[in-house]
Amino acid sequence: EQLINLLDTFTRVQAQRPKRPTGRTATSSNARKKGEEIESGDAATPPSSPSIHRFRNAGDAMMKLDMSALETQFGAPAGEDGGLLFDVDGAAMPAMEFPNCPDFDRFQAKTKDMVKNKRGTTTLAFIFDKGVIVAADSRASMGGYISSQTVRKIIEINPYMLGTMAGGAADCQFWHRNLGTKCRLHELANKRRISVTGASKLLANILYSYRGMGLSIGTMIAGWDEKGPGLYYVDSEGARLKGNRFSVGSGSLYAYAVLDEGYRFKMSVEEAGELARRAIYHATFRDGASGGCVSVYHVGPDGWKKLSGDDVGELHYQYYPVEKTPVEQEMTDASTS
Amino acid sequence: MARFDPYENNGGTCVAVAGDGYCVVAADTRLSVGYSILSRDQSKISELADKCVLASSGFQGDIKALQKNLAAKELVYEHNHNKKMSCPAMAQLLSNTLYYKRFFPYYTFNVLGGLDSQGKGCVFTYDAVGSYERTGYSAQGTGAKLIMPVLDNQLKSPSPLLLPAQDAVTPLSESDAVDLVKDVFASATERDIYTGDKLEIVVINSSGIHRECIELRKD
Repeated sequence: EQLINLLDTFTRVQAQRPKRPTGRTATSSNARKKGEEIESGDAATPPSSPSIHRFRNAGDAMMKLDMSALETQFGAPAGEDGGLLFDVDGAAMPAMEFPNCPDFDRFQAKTKDMVKNKRGTTTLAFIFDKGVIVAADSRASMGGYISSQTVRKIIEINPYMLGTMAGGAADCQFWHRNLGTKCRLHELANKRRISVTGASKLLANILYSYRGMGLSIGTMIAGWDEKGPGLYYVDSEGARLKGNRFSVGSGSLYAYAVLDEGYRFKMSVEEAGELARRAIYHATFRDGASGGCVSVYHVGPDGWKKLSGDDVGELHYQYYPVEKTPVEQEMTDASTS
Repeated sequence: MARFDPYENNGGTCVAVAGDGYCVVAADTRLSVGYSILSRDQSKISELADKCVLASSGFQGDIKALQKNLAAKELVYEHNHNKKMSCPAMAQLLSNTLYYKRFFPYYTFNVLGGLDSQGKGCVFTYDAVGSYERTGYSAQGTGAKLIMPVLDNQLKSPSPLLLPAQDAVTPLSESDAVDLVKDVFASATERDIYTGDKLEIVVINSSGIHRECIELRKD
């Protein structure tokens, strides 16, 4: 009985349409009304994909502005279980509730300060003639406290695609896991692997719909698909950039300096790995929020492979071995007699 | 104009240490608000499954709601899959549960401890919105900054990210781990006003879950 009561409250909370903060209600309520009109005529389509509605009413699309990117489905899928048991489209847009408060942004800023979530920090990736190299440090900080030196910032989305984590650790972990689910669903639905372009677009679209809500994600999607090596930078502001060289995080400036200086398109895999390792090492040397271990991965035509994992403390002494300083005055023990 | 603040920090510290075949999860039992102590006997530990124990510190209201929520989800899982949830499965469930409240977080700092499917101890440590990591030991809460350096000194092993992989340092025996946890809490109690009163220690090993309570300083 307690369980049924709990499930009841759970469903009720999820089913509440959250109030969007002022300034956004005008556009989103228009969009929602449109969504509802179209939705009522078409019971078969699942509620959480507004873009499909757009295509079916192509004639209307000319008159109305396309607000589908602003429309976000935060309600739980219909069903008494409140989405606990069967969540078919849960991978598309998880049901997240909003607090019912007068000043949403100020509340988000305050909670962010209060809980001091883990943030991650120097990552880089670049394309060269033999594929993509991806490298990252492994430190996570909570405010000024180092909460972990062993964080996995290179996330294995599938055997031929990697994602990096910079910004909010929880945000990156969750949305990469979600992306991995969607990539797998794509494979099952289309009988072929998703391209790096497609995967990065999926992620970028989700992040764009949460734009302005305080997510902090700066990620790179690197992989090898039918078109060869692919590298995209995607962030929580909604940016999605295709490129050959990226570095993201608080230590990225230091990493760029070393990376840009040593980069050539034609390199062996070992040289490329060493360049990435040194770039991250230098970032950890100068940036307080980066440290731990440098992990370097290579994505080739057969998928990704981890090239190395080294502790930066030890790398320092490898790169700069201690030189014995000449002794000016040697102290000897006084004789005890 | 006074605004309603939904959060409050009730203090407290949680620690978990994993070993080969056992896991120790411990938390103090003091509940505070500001400079006042509201209770000396409030448990922060919840047994979610037969090999999985959660300790949370932070805001007691959110702790209770979160632990209840997880217990309910675990029950649903049992009914669907005809087995209790394993610790790594519960770890991901907890991460998702925390992240689904990303815009109105559970103000809880959690440590999940238990045995994985091979019978080895595992500890998962979280931040307030669900970022998690499997580690060998962890401390969370107001006394965490006092306790973690000691645990790092005694228990630190080579990073799992190193390649070629290095062997982890031989872990402590179960009784040594429990003694270490007791010592570490005694020290934290000396210097953290929110930690003290009683220490609840839960040990999970192949023969089940055992509880132990020891007294800490009440001042």
